[in-house]
Amino acid sequence: MIFWVSVGIGMLLLALALWTIVVKDTFAAVAAFIPYGLLLTLAWLILAAVDVALTEAAIGAGLTGALLINAASRLERAESSAKPRAPGIAMRVAAAMASLAVTVLIALCVLRLPDEAPMLAPEVGMHIGSLGVGNPITAVLLSFRALDTLLEAIVLLIGLIGVWSLASDSCWGGRPGQMQVVSSNDILVYLARVLPPVGVVVGIYILWVGADHPGGKFQGATVIAAMWLLTIMSGLRDAPMVSQRWLRAMLVAGPSMFIAAGVLGTLMADAFLAFPTGSEKLWIIVIEVALLPSLAVTLVLLLLGPPQRKDVQT
Amino acid sequence: MSVVDVLSVVSILWGTFFFVAGTVGLLRFPDTYTRLHALTKADNLGLGLVVIGLLPQVGHVLVALKLIVVWLLVLLASSDVSQLIARAVGRQEGGR
Repeated sequence: MIFWVSVGIGMLLLALALWTIVVKDTFAAVAAFIPYGLLLTLAWLILAAVDVALTEAAIGAGLTGALLINAASRLERAESSAKPRAPGIAMRVAAAMASLAVTVLIALCVLRLPDEAPMLAPEVGMHIGSLGVGNPITAVLLSFRALDTLLEAIVLLIGLIGVWSLASDSCWGGRPGQMQVVSSNDILVYLARVLPPVGVVVGIYILWVGADHPGGKFQGATVIAAMWLLTIMSGLRDAPMVSQRWLRAMLVAGPSMFIAAGVLGTLMADAFLAFPTGSEKLWIIVIEVALLPSLAVTLVLLLLGPPQRKDVQT
Repeated sequence: MSVVDVLSVVSILWGTFFFVAGTVGLLRFPDTYTRLHALTKADNLGLGLVVIGLLPQVGHVLVALKLIVVWLLVLLASSDVSQLIARAVGRQEGGR
């Protein structure tokens, strides 16, 4: 039974992937990308990788989907004015050859993998007992491979700086995105009043259970970011000026806390990002809790895009 | 199979029936409004019946409560989103 469900999901995934590439309309491609992400979530669930499934649903389908919708609607004007030029036969042959070469290369790599794939899962299982956390994914992300997670958080921050630097000179430091004008009777306003309290609790819950069950700061931060975006989209609260001190402090608080913990590790446990024996779980929780608001704010600002307007001087 | 199990199976089957019916409606109905109408049956009744069918099987009150909360959240989100979609379509058609 589960086999046929997997086959069905696999075929749908391939079909949707093909559709997103072949379809001419950018918006239709994005519309297909989101169910693609949700189906991928089901695929991860069938593989019993619940953490990956959660991340795929929150970030792969939800956040990336929203980013792509933004991009598609921004590209709309540019696309219609750009004249599509049909590539010549030589170009087409070259593109086909290049694609074929990449496919063959990937196929060769996959086929040449050793039959018993090398894995580190037994190692993680052996050492997880010393940490005090029950979820092996959290153990890997925040202890065994904490450096990767730290760099991930910093990469997001650098990405945000990249987005901000697209702002024009006159808008530098202003508010990102367009001003939202929504009638106070709109259903969106109702949703933005009812949902955030629930969403914030869910986000913190996902962070908290991450220690022993699937979940964690990234998934929790995405839910909280979605709640803030909802209040901005409904016009209840305007987007913050990106030059504000508290905003920038929040952005760097998580990563700097992470780095500080790493440096403390060199003093107390002889290695960068090594946690003193006996209190590993406390350190992991402190880092996760510090990262959550920073990640949420970063994700919101990434979605809102570069600053586009300054407050009118009165 | 106990009586509870039979009730679960019946309820989940009813739920999947509404999902199938909603999907058929989404594919076959002529315009956006009727398609939305078909979809809400899948969300409200279909998911509701599946949740009711699962409740006796989960074995823990907290998990059961979580399932009910999931259903309520889907109700809230889907009803709001269908209204947003309907309004956007109405604006595009220049109605009202």
